[in-house]
Amino acid sequence: MPDILLASVPLEHVLLLGGILFAIGLFVALSKRNAIGILMGVELMLNAVNVTLLAFSRYVVSPRPLDGQVFAVFVITVAAAEAAVALALAVSVYKHRETLNIDEIDLLRW
Amino acid sequence: MINDTGIVVAFYILAATTVGCALMVAFVRELVQAVLFLALAFVGIAGIYIVLSADFVAVVQVLIYAGAVAVLMTFAVMLTPAADRKNSSTAFWAPAAVLAGLVLVIIVFVSYDTNWQIANRPQFGATAAALGEALLKPYVVPFEVASVLLMTAMVGAIVLTKEEEGEDA
Repeated sequence: MPDILLASVPLEHVLLLGGILFAIGLFVALSKRNAIGILMGVELMLNAVNVTLLAFSRYVVSPRPLDGQVFAVFVITVAAAEAAVALALAVSVYKHRETLNIDEIDLLRW
Repeated sequence: MINDTGIVVAFYILAATTVGCALMVAFVRELVQAVLFLALAFVGIAGIYIVLSADFVAVVQVLIYAGAVAVLMTFAVMLTPAADRKNSSTAFWAPAAVLAGLVLVIIVFVSYDTNWQIANRPQFGATAAALGEALLKPYVVPFEVASVLLMTAMVGAIVLTKEEEGEDA
């Protein structure tokens, strides 16, 4: 059975989706004032990278095409660990400073 | 996979929904609403994974991201009641937008400029068994390292949020 998906959704469109999601995630991570908002941007960027990995795994010539999906599983694992630690950090900072506004968390500012 | 035209339509609908939700994360007013839109974006991305014939990763995405990470973020918002609940931006939003736009331009340029070696392979079908085999044969060392990492992260999260003895937290 010929695969119409490959004829109809070109790889570039999936990469474009990944790129747009990454750009939005980057914007959110760089511009938000709340530390949890920054984390949401980081998670969006990780998801965008996963979309790209799975797109390559689906489309591009490879001796072991499923490796892209293995990478995506690892990325999800590390992202989960990152989210847990970062949110714990946010809660811990809040306990000491009563704020999550990154403009006010400036202990390391010279 | 039901039929191919449906998959193509599904891809574009899911892509539009996901990008819309991601934009709402960036521009919605309340932090809690941003978390909810982020969860919706995660579900949309899981749909994209199914379109890309990655059924196992899609299920993991729903479980970990739409389930665990979204709940974790909601908890973090709820545990910080006196913090600002507005999803406002810093003064750096304009350079951030410029930088994000430039990154997008570079990604689009590279993805259209590169001559990708497209393989006309059929859909993968059920991938869970093959992924399990890959994780326990060629990728067994990263797999074990990942489990150590998860363990460390879990202990670290507990230690970071633990109330210290004799401290009025």
